[in-house]
Amino acid sequence: MVRLVAFLVGLFFSGMLLLGLGDTVITAIQEPAQPTAEHEFHEMPLAVNFAHDGPLGKFDRGQLQRGLKVYSEVCAACHSLKLVSFRDFAALGYSEDQVKALAKGWKTEVPSINPETGEPATRPAIPADKIPSPFANETAARAANNNALPPDLSLITKARADGPAYVYSLLMGYRDQAGYKNEEGMEILKEFPEAATPPGLNFNPWFANLNIAMAAPIAADDQVTYDDGTKATKEQMSKDVAAFLTWTAEPKMENRKSAGWAALGFLLIFTVLAWMSYKTIWADKKH
Amino acid sequence: MSFPWAQEYKPQGTVSKWVDERLPLPRLVYNAVGAGYPVPRNLNYFWNFGVLAGVALVIQIVTGIVLAMHYYASVDGAFNSVEHIMRDVNSGWFIRYAHMNGASFFFIVVYIHIFRGLFYGSYKAPREMIWLLGVTIFLLMMATAFMGYVLPWGQMSFWGAQVITGFFSAIPLVGEPLRQLLLGGFAPDQAALNRFFSLHYLMPFVIAGVIILHVWALHIPGSSNPTGVSVKGEQDTVPFHPYYTAKDGFGLGIFLILFVAVTFFAPNMLGHPDNYIPANPLSTPAHIVPEWYFLPFYAILKAFTVDFGIPFTGIIIIPAKLMGVLAMFGSILLLFFLPWLDTSPVRSGHYRPLFRKFFWYGLIPCLVVLTYCGGKPPYTQWVVLSQIAAAYYFAHFLIILPIVSRIERPLPLPNSITEAVTGTPLTPAAA
Repeated sequence: MVRLVAFLVGLFFSGMLLLGLGDTVITAIQEPAQPTAEHEFHEMPLAVNFAHDGPLGKFDRGQLQRGLKVYSEVCAACHSLKLVSFRDFAALGYSEDQVKALAKGWKTEVPSINPETGEPATRPAIPADKIPSPFANETAARAANNNALPPDLSLITKARADGPAYVYSLLMGYRDQAGYKNEEGMEILKEFPEAATPPGLNFNPWFANLNIAMAAPIAADDQVTYDDGTKATKEQMSKDVAAFLTWTAEPKMENRKSAGWAALGFLLIFTVLAWMSYKTIWADKKH
Repeated sequence: MSFPWAQEYKPQGTVSKWVDERLPLPRLVYNAVGAGYPVPRNLNYFWNFGVLAGVALVIQIVTGIVLAMHYYASVDGAFNSVEHIMRDVNSGWFIRYAHMNGASFFFIVVYIHIFRGLFYGSYKAPREMIWLLGVTIFLLMMATAFMGYVLPWGQMSFWGAQVITGFFSAIPLVGEPLRQLLLGGFAPDQAALNRFFSLHYLMPFVIAGVIILHVWALHIPGSSNPTGVSVKGEQDTVPFHPYYTAKDGFGLGIFLILFVAVTFFAPNMLGHPDNYIPANPLSTPAHIVPEWYFLPFYAILKAFTVDFGIPFTGIIIIPAKLMGVLAMFGSILLLFFLPWLDTSPVRSGHYRPLFRKFFWYGLIPCLVVLTYCGGKPPYTQWVVLSQIAAAYYFAHFLIILPIVSRIERPLPLPNSITEAVTGTPLTPAAA
């Protein structure tokens, strides 16, 4: 009885799936999927190397400091960094006083209240504060940005596939759409005239739907003056800020890797010992 | 409860004797996983995975309890509390990554454990009850993992909860009210998050309870073995301790090395980037996908694309969505009937030439394809592949297996485990 019922159920499910298969194939032949501009022109992140890549990689402190400078002078105009505190910047190689100065000198102040009247007010940041957001709330952010919401950048490199390379590619990826061709030589406006970038958006093949609200933030060389004398090319700034945002997404990355090596070392010894006891104990038993 | 030649627990000191007379817990442990449990001597490495699954559960419970000390089950605070654990709690990043990847490794280990059972016929008499309890544990694990994935309240958490609780709305008449009852609202929100947290904390202990029954049921007939031949005498077995504790220790080392390698060097490899975006009910992700260990079942769900109805009348009896949901649950529930679908008296796949072909060239590729297609967007090629693979999945268990059991001519079995191991027929006296 069990087998009879099972046979019928199996026949039903498999049959319906094969019917569905026929249906899928017929539909695909009658109405083949139309190629879309996103499918043809969206680019995977560019290959880019960072000092922190790989199991042995460590952050390049100088690069993180340069990245912080790019963030604070360029990105911070629109993008918040809500999960990071000023005190965390000590990990970038700043002294306690430098962190204090960074907090105090930050362009945006921290929302507070007037201690006398209780009215809303602002005060300079201290190391214990999170980085103040450029806009008071989502509505203010949208109002200032043509109804687009600049995302918080704290976790952006974890929230995108191949995150650090994605940020780098996106910053470097602004192109003139007129005459833009992909690697196969397909010209976007000829093949997909309807994909023309609407006014107020910017063409960028590294963005999922090719049109991003953010105008090219890193527009010219030397937009930022680096303290360490590094030449601030567009590529250098994009790379530095991508490295900085990798750190904001995972400030404990170096702890993680070094703890990983310690754990692996311990386990290797444990496993060798376990293997030896296994062999010793089973020595007289054929199995 | 065991073989007559099992070693007996003999308490040595006064204290041990005193305890043994009042609460023979050490005796229980001795008989369960000590020298008092005789185990076939020919177990291969696939038999390590039961113990490993137990270790994985312990890792999940220990890391989970610590996480719960810092986690805040609120739609406004959950996401940030997880990031607080990652950034500010001492070694919180380790606890959280270990828990996150521990879930994946728990499933890897349990899947291998299940395939061991499927290939070596561990579900057959007299071990049906062990199998039934095992499938129950698997179902509980799936529910626990799903609810755990909702807790960080990222985009995939929210939308995964939306999709999975949406299955219930496919049930005719009572579906939508049932869904609202489960969620405590019209969509996943504070009520749902709170109850998921509560249940996510409870379920592992339910799983631990069923594991006790699983192991208890195991100790009635004793462990199976790669030949599938029953234990005939003392020469066929070795005491669990020290023989298999040593072998399991080695297996545990290998398991932990792999677990540590992923947890410390590629902790987000098995996750989805979208879950690092806070949940936003107003923004649907481009592709909603569950965790990798649910992908085969997700592929089965999506493979049903046509309604079942009376042709040319437009009358629909079972809509495609409901059928997909039924099939998805059915694909797991059918495992409960496996002991009665596979009627071959031979347990081990080694001695079943036809079964072995369907296992390696049918079932395994079919599951690989389903896992792969489950994570893909619904383009024609992936839909076609998952429809073929899903059709095979149901046919394999419900049609092919009973027929194979009937028509197959198994290879000759060894007379005993010892004979299979030593290559020469031995009399009990000679061993």
